[in-house]
Amino acid sequence: MNFDLTDERRMLQDTLRRFLTDRYTPAARNAILDSEDGFSAEIWSALAELGVLGALFCEADSGFGGAGFDISTVFEELGRAGVVEPLLDTAILGGGLLADLGGASQRELLGAVIGGTLHLAFAHGEPNSRYDLSRIETTASREGGNLVLNGRKAVVVNAEAAEYLIVSARESGGPDDGDGISLFLIPKETEGLSLRGYPLISGGRAAEVVLDNVALPETARLGPAGGAFPAMQTAVARANVALAAEALGAMETATGLTRDYLQTRKQFGRPIGTFQALQHRFADLLIELEQARSAVINAAGHLEESPEIRDLHIAAARNLIGRAGRLVAEEAIQMHGGIGMTREYELAHVAKRIVMTDHRLGDTDWHLERFIALASA
Amino acid sequence: MDLSYSPQELAFRDEIRAFLADRLPDDLRAKVRGEGELSKADMDRWHAILQQKGWLAQNWPKEFGGAAWNAVQRHIFEEEAARADAPRIVPFGLGMLAPVLMKFGSKAQQDYYLPRILSGEDWWCQGYSEPGAGSDLASLKTRAVRDGDHYVVNGQKTWTTLGQHANRIFCLVRTDPDAKQQEGISFLLIDMDTPGIDIRPIVLLDGSREVNEVFFDNVRVPAENLIGEENKGWTYAKYLLTHERTNIAGVGFSQAGLDAVKRMARTRMQGGKPLLENPHFAARLARVEIDLMAMATTNLRIISQAAAGQAPGVESSMLKVKGTIIRQEINDLARRAAGPYAMPFPSETIEGANEPRIGPEGAGPAAAQYFNNRKLSIFGGSNEIQRGIIAKVKLGGGK
Repeated sequence: MNFDLTDERRMLQDTLRRFLTDRYTPAARNAILDSEDGFSAEIWSALAELGVLGALFCEADSGFGGAGFDISTVFEELGRAGVVEPLLDTAILGGGLLADLGGASQRELLGAVIGGTLHLAFAHGEPNSRYDLSRIETTASREGGNLVLNGRKAVVVNAEAAEYLIVSARESGGPDDGDGISLFLIPKETEGLSLRGYPLISGGRAAEVVLDNVALPETARLGPAGGAFPAMQTAVARANVALAAEALGAMETATGLTRDYLQTRKQFGRPIGTFQALQHRFADLLIELEQARSAVINAAGHLEESPEIRDLHIAAARNLIGRAGRLVAEEAIQMHGGIGMTREYELAHVAKRIVMTDHRLGDTDWHLERFIALASA
Repeated sequence: MDLSYSPQELAFRDEIRAFLADRLPDDLRAKVRGEGELSKADMDRWHAILQQKGWLAQNWPKEFGGAAWNAVQRHIFEEEAARADAPRIVPFGLGMLAPVLMKFGSKAQQDYYLPRILSGEDWWCQGYSEPGAGSDLASLKTRAVRDGDHYVVNGQKTWTTLGQHANRIFCLVRTDPDAKQQEGISFLLIDMDTPGIDIRPIVLLDGSREVNEVFFDNVRVPAENLIGEENKGWTYAKYLLTHERTNIAGVGFSQAGLDAVKRMARTRMQGGKPLLENPHFAARLARVEIDLMAMATTNLRIISQAAAGQAPGVESSMLKVKGTIIRQEINDLARRAAGPYAMPFPSETIEGANEPRIGPEGAGPAAAQYFNNRKLSIFGGSNEIQRGIIAKVKLGGGK
């Protein structure tokens, strides 16, 4: 039993924290939030140069990390600073699937992903699928020598910046079957593929994607025909560890800001942190923060286990962090009072990041249901 | 990061498991499961079994006859013992007084008292709380006045756990009424047979008799029974509190409790289906199980810090608050799982007679345990006191 980070991960953590403290200031971030692209290309290249993207891939995939605790270390720091750059989409989901399923020529793109010159997006969710991973109505059917895709993809984060979309489509089976799902690596300019982009409430951008008779060669398929689902589950498991860790980092920041505010803000002639009504609520936040940290450790530490054990710990972590995160975000705003409501103040952004994490890849209740199903299996 | 036990720790756990399977008597196991109340003889018997193996005084150094286990080993034992439904080791002499004796007691006191704790000859209880001094312990009023080579003690202690079995009590008494609250307190060892001591039971809401009131009326205590220096008792009491907070999270108890709830919910039917499949019940159960999974890791994180020599600070307060919330939630689920069979309250459950059980296994004691464990968030520094400690340390300043 050992709960210390390895020296390498501690170095990664220090480097990333220093860089973000220095460069990702609230002012810089607010400028990024207001920008047209929704993220900073400059920050992105710098993160690549620092090796942050490489840390999310294993050595066989040209990286130098890729394990659960590499992901949690990186994303906790990203969350702490409220980073909106699409590491989850380009590296964990897009890059992860490419590394796991790609043929030799597809895998050649990994170098550019890790080098920070190529963006990806995972175009999977659909208007009617909500969080259910296997519910896919987009179809891929054979016409002559081509595969033709038709369907709609919902809230595809980073779609506009991505050179390639990784699109899920059904080649066989019913709308809820895991079997029959294929993935396709599609250049964004492909005919029949259209995007309607928009900004997101907690930063970054996404798009509604329409696939209207998108004709692709067989070589566009990523992984086996109809057999991509297990790899999708793995990529989503890694993404869930990232999301949990990101929320944890953001919760740390929200709690730290609240601590400072309780110590300095005076009402009725004394710091509000001397009032018991607030002290006890603050203590509860700290307790839940420790629980959230343990949940991330459990999820990251079981990421390389069998899918059943892995997913049980992930569902547990996302449920706990969904509950604890909401508590921290709401209580931090409440204890700040009016200032917590302003967009300018740092808390607003991290509070939004925490809460909106709960809308990606399953919310608190969805993960509770999943936990129940996995625990009774 | 490595979440699993080392091979040595796993071997240790297997040794504990085998010992519990082999040496824990079935009748004790049944009583711990709630089929009856443990008598003094039961507890003494379990202590003797452990002592024979050298595992009774787990945190004591070897030179005093202890096992000298580290924090991880103690945690493993506690977890396994709870899962096996073993009686809890009575902590007053072994876990609470003994460390104080070793640190602040005289050689003569150590030589006399420590072996008697190990042998079971002495059964200690704790004289801290008073009717006017609970969470605000430093306001205690029981007076000890020096008279020659004795102290004369007058006053009242309360909530004295298992005092009815004890032949000795360690007390916080006020020796200087003019000093600042914490500074006029001394730590005194008192023989319960001394004339002037009267002990009366307090029956709790579940019918159990585990706490008492102890009255002192001109009780003459030899001055040699003072620990350390006069008026330094508060320091010793605080030492006791910070160093004896192992198993404060009660993870093992919660795991055993959760297993019991699941057993019951698998067989209790509602709407033609096992209660375990009822979505509302299943959701509550899952939430507390998720909290407990995280708590187990939080606990291990803090234990491994302690094993590495870091003194626990507010972490023990955090474990206390969250650990007790989880245990109480599990008690509530057990009560609900029992359904109407949570209501029967035959005196046999308390007196341990050999009547056939009413209702399914686990249902009988569910409500009593629920009520009894309301104490968890009250004793040992209420959860409100713990939150105050956390906030004071983390926010500074305080009042």
